[in-house]
Amino acid sequence: MSSAAHTSPKTSQDLLLSLAGITKKFGPLIANDAIDLTVHRGEIVALLGENGAGKTTLMNILFGHYIADEGTVSVANQNGELELLEPGAPQAALDAGIGMVHQHFTLAENLTGLDNIILGTEPIFRLRRDRTKARAKLNDLMARSGLSVDLDQPVHKLTVGEKQRVEILKALYRDARLLVLDEPTAVLTPQEAESMFATLRKLAASGLSVIIIAHKLAEVLAVSHRIAVLRGGKKVGEMTTSDADHRSIAELMVGHEVPVSRRTARAPGNPVISLIDVTIDRGDSRRSLHGVNITAHEGEILGIAGVSGNGQAALAQLIAGLDKPDFGTVEIFGKKITKFDAHQFAQNGIARIPEDRHHDGMVGSMTVAENIAIEDVRSPEYQKLGFLDFDAIRKRAEHAITDYDVRCPGPDAPARLLSGGNIQKLILARVLEKSPKLILANQPSRGLDVGAQSEVHRRLLEARQAGAAVILISEDLDELLTISDQIAVIHAGHITSSMATETIDRSELGLMMAGQKKHAHADTTKNAGETA
Amino acid sequence: MIRFEPRSNPGPFLTYGVPVIAAGIAILLAAIPLALANAPIIKAYGLMISGAFGSVFSISEMLTRATPLILTGLAAAIAFRAKLWNIGAEGQLYMGAMAAVAVGAGVIDGPSWVMIPVVMIAGALAGALMLIGPTLMKTRLGVDEVVTTLLLNFIVLLFVQMMLEGALKDPMSMGWPQSEPIIDSAVFPPLLERMRVHLGLVIALMCAIALAIFVKRTVWGFEIRAVGENAAAAKFSGISVTKTMILVAALSGGLAGLAGVSEVAGTRGYLATDLSPGYGYAGIVVAMLARLSPIGVIASALFVASVFVGADSMSRAIGVSSYLADLIVAMALLCVLIGGFLTRFKVHFERKSAG
Repeated sequence: MSSAAHTSPKTSQDLLLSLAGITKKFGPLIANDAIDLTVHRGEIVALLGENGAGKTTLMNILFGHYIADEGTVSVANQNGELELLEPGAPQAALDAGIGMVHQHFTLAENLTGLDNIILGTEPIFRLRRDRTKARAKLNDLMARSGLSVDLDQPVHKLTVGEKQRVEILKALYRDARLLVLDEPTAVLTPQEAESMFATLRKLAASGLSVIIIAHKLAEVLAVSHRIAVLRGGKKVGEMTTSDADHRSIAELMVGHEVPVSRRTARAPGNPVISLIDVTIDRGDSRRSLHGVNITAHEGEILGIAGVSGNGQAALAQLIAGLDKPDFGTVEIFGKKITKFDAHQFAQNGIARIPEDRHHDGMVGSMTVAENIAIEDVRSPEYQKLGFLDFDAIRKRAEHAITDYDVRCPGPDAPARLLSGGNIQKLILARVLEKSPKLILANQPSRGLDVGAQSEVHRRLLEARQAGAAVILISEDLDELLTISDQIAVIHAGHITSSMATETIDRSELGLMMAGQKKHAHADTTKNAGETA
Repeated sequence: MIRFEPRSNPGPFLTYGVPVIAAGIAILLAAIPLALANAPIIKAYGLMISGAFGSVFSISEMLTRATPLILTGLAAAIAFRAKLWNIGAEGQLYMGAMAAVAVGAGVIDGPSWVMIPVVMIAGALAGALMLIGPTLMKTRLGVDEVVTTLLLNFIVLLFVQMMLEGALKDPMSMGWPQSEPIIDSAVFPPLLERMRVHLGLVIALMCAIALAIFVKRTVWGFEIRAVGENAAAAKFSGISVTKTMILVAALSGGLAGLAGVSEVAGTRGYLATDLSPGYGYAGIVVAMLARLSPIGVIASALFVASVFVGADSMSRAIGVSSYLADLIVAMALLCVLIGGFLTRFKVHFERKSAG
């Protein structure tokens, strides 16, 4: 992006934060192993690493939530001299000017932005509320940083991007000199993310230091000055961003070469599923669809791009067999579906990967084996006269554990012991083993680390190669552009007709996701004319 | 600062030992109210033990008391497993008892091997229907079953009272509101001569074993566990939550109904409004003490029954109120709940650094 952003000021007087030799053990697990990290004034540092690499532990030590077993945290005082930060004291970290923006916002939804920002900074007992000073300070902050938000709106009326701005303002209002952002782009459209990065660059130019915790590489390359990579609790690499390239960082993070998911050309076959003028009206736009027409073909991955909460849930419920359309028809292999029933859908070769794998994907207290068989326990393969055939269930689980590399203590271990990536592998093993004809993959790689993500992509591409139709609902444009053959955009319950991935311009996609542009590529699609 | 850390996999000692220890602690804690009542503590414990286990007669009494508790305990255990909060076992018990009297007091006649199953089926059906209604209201309309099942208890009791003053009233009862006795061939025979413990105990034990196998080994049990532990995931995987709930309601209500049948056909011989001293509610405690395990229900029902019978006999001997039994059972429940928490979490005490 901007080459100017890559030149960072770096003299030792400018040092703002120094983490030296931080080690933290949890029992036998070494979460942080002698990590050094420095941040200069006005510098944006990206902290990269897979899940479990130790990023969160390190930040928790910085904030005083944990006490490091070894090592020190020092922050520059007003005169620019490094001073040791008292360990295990969150208030000391706040006083030293360290601010955090969490991935899941910590805002009171029914209060206004202003109230949220001031909350906790006022004395509890006071005679009257004096907001003029606070407002003046915030107006000044907004003018300088370009973070504009209507502070008098209750937070629940704000968009996700605006909520994030409130969070950043909250930290700046408390005179943060170092801002830590945890996965800041996870919930934003590309345009929102771009504007957030522009803001960060502006703030950095005026002297604010920033640590971004991230796993999306492209964005990190665009915004940061310096990159530090953690793996298995150790810092395995550090480089200035201008020297780094995408592949080498990914390999540093994972520790081995990352297989690149790539589609091989494959002519799509017959239509597998068609939604024809489907409308589901549930009153709120998150759960509604309006006159949707889409078709997925054999051997094709149809990506559904969109910002979360635009009707993806309704689409997923419908294809999973958990809801039925109010109007319109759903055809599978040309046959109109009259009974929407999750059990029948699963038995008829529809693989369903739920959006929330913990909530909808597994029963934590039941065993890994039981969770793998859960869709099929009624089939004669796994029961006789209603009595479960535990041998068959365990045998299937053992196969699945090896074939899909599910890391678990064994088939009889409770599923709740599994990590997110392994739960996803368990779900893939459950649904893909039956060579499905249609796959509904709803945010299949969200929250997974690079290794698990590429595994999910490989499996979906494999199924596509075997002739399955895949409907991939995702908020991750990289994922969509890498593995989809066709992409349609969902916004406020409307879905555009699909476009061949090769013809798509990334920024245009972003505009369509924001609802600002209606499907410009009608002429290039094969479903031209179906949708307005 | 106290920190709680979840344990990944509690071992067998924690799973089985903690409830036993909790029950023991509860009995020891009973010394406090005994001391407050100025009772001789050691003697009181001795009387309690001999009251529950001191003779064949006292053991028989204890087992007689345990019989309905096993059944209502199972009713609560299976319902709670599926997160169907059935607080209405008391009402289901009375409906089961009334159905047993309706078919077993002379309307039809036959040998024992016909009549005993007939009264059992009638009672179980009546109990099941009593719970299926509220369950449908829960799954279809979202009506809270805690409220409906709880309130139905009072409706059923008043209904029984009405029937005992009317259609079911025994003309020979000299005005007492009680039903005609059930015919001899429908009576559960005693297991020991001249003792009260009866066939109902065997039936209750068989129900417990059958239910344990059902939950653990069958497709339906699998579905009940899945719905109870994570209804959203069960639904997503294609399990019908409504059908599973109705099955659970039929089982739970049926078991509570059987408890009523067992009391009428085994202990009392007729129906009256004082048939149950709260077995339906006590069943909830029994199930919680057993951590909802069907086999565990047997043990916890025996514990609760022996506390009740022992405390009864102690209170007769030294004049301490037999409410002490309720106190012990309540404390046992609290101890088990705390114990259960400690099984699931490790507790760390940390000294917070000054500042």
